[in-house]
Amino acid sequence: MAHIHLPEGLPGILGPMAISPESTKALRELAEVLLRGPNTLTSAEREMIATYVSSQNDCCFCQLSHGAAAAEHLGGDYELIDRVKSNYASAEISEKLKALLAIAGKVQKGGKHVTPEDVERARKLGATDKEIHDTVLIAAAFCMFNRYVDGLGTWQPTDPRAYREMGQRMAHVGYVRPNWEEPVEAA
Amino acid sequence: MAHIHLPEGLPGIRGPLVFSPDTTQPLCDLVEVLLRAPNSLTMAEREMIATYVSAKNDCYYCQTCHGSAAAQHLGGAPQDYELIAQMKCNCEAASLSDKMKALLAIAGKVQKGGKHVTTEDVERARSHGATDKEIHDTVLIAAAFCMFNRYVDGLDTWQPQDAEFYGEVGKQTVALGYVARDWKQPLQTVSSNRAAPARP
Repeated sequence: MAHIHLPEGLPGILGPMAISPESTKALRELAEVLLRGPNTLTSAEREMIATYVSSQNDCCFCQLSHGAAAAEHLGGDYELIDRVKSNYASAEISEKLKALLAIAGKVQKGGKHVTPEDVERARKLGATDKEIHDTVLIAAAFCMFNRYVDGLGTWQPTDPRAYREMGQRMAHVGYVRPNWEEPVEAA
Repeated sequence: MAHIHLPEGLPGIRGPLVFSPDTTQPLCDLVEVLLRAPNSLTMAEREMIATYVSAKNDCYYCQTCHGSAAAQHLGGAPQDYELIAQMKCNCEAASLSDKMKALLAIAGKVQKGGKHVTTEDVERARSHGATDKEIHDTVLIAAAFCMFNRYVDGLDTWQPQDAEFYGEVGKQTVALGYVARDWKQPLQTVSSNRAAPARP
């Protein structure tokens, strides 16, 4: 049972989004520009940042749905996403992305945790100011989305297979689209 | 020095907003709808929730700007600023409605993490008259300020310590809102050429 009355059958953020169309428009547009807008970071990289922060915040729905989106951007490499969540330092991702994930992890704890050394390390590995900015904002935004989803006690399927189709739609159709409220098929 | 090269002379979130125009519109649309759109919670109450969460996150810029906006919505007298200061330090003892205290308690839980909100927290708010929409909006405002605070502090933005500046910011917020602002402009004085601020 969610903390408030939400439409049935809508997992995670889709329940609260359905009862609050005005805020949903801005939230969808924010996710779209952060994760799919033109950027020197790939959508897969940005979805990995979202997934990593969501796993640090222990938000089941966000880490599985954005993890699925990241994997679908990579042609279905779900194992890589699991390794990024469990120990990104040993995952097969670029050193630059590792440095950006370190910054994202600090933002998850709180903005003041980010140090000049964290930023220098990312910059030495080729990260631009815009990429560092976007990493901080994506991490911050998922500290919002995760709290929105868990703070209302939403229903969240725990089987990762339930998120595959959602991940495909997030990756390839995006966040600003009609029929957002369609329930996902149970796996 | 901020962590990245931001336009000079723009305090707090204004630097990153001007640095990254593509993300600015959804951020400003979000804060406008959360804090100023028609709602059964007054603008002052919603600004108080934003202020309370920003204080818990120790974000000087956000708590001072939104605290000033909240006080200005209440009339802008010294006792209005005093009420905001009391709310930040002990909301249960401040002169606020029981409903507002219960909503601030939920916001404080959201600040720690979404899973901290309990059925009892929600029941308490409901027993003091809070609607589902008001509880939803409280959770989302609190969550959104966990984003804004991290954006402002995670980039180590410049945050002036100047009471007069934040007083003007509060007046400007009440008069202009969040989408009609030119974030590149240093503060223009709004009281001289604008109509009296709308009351919540």
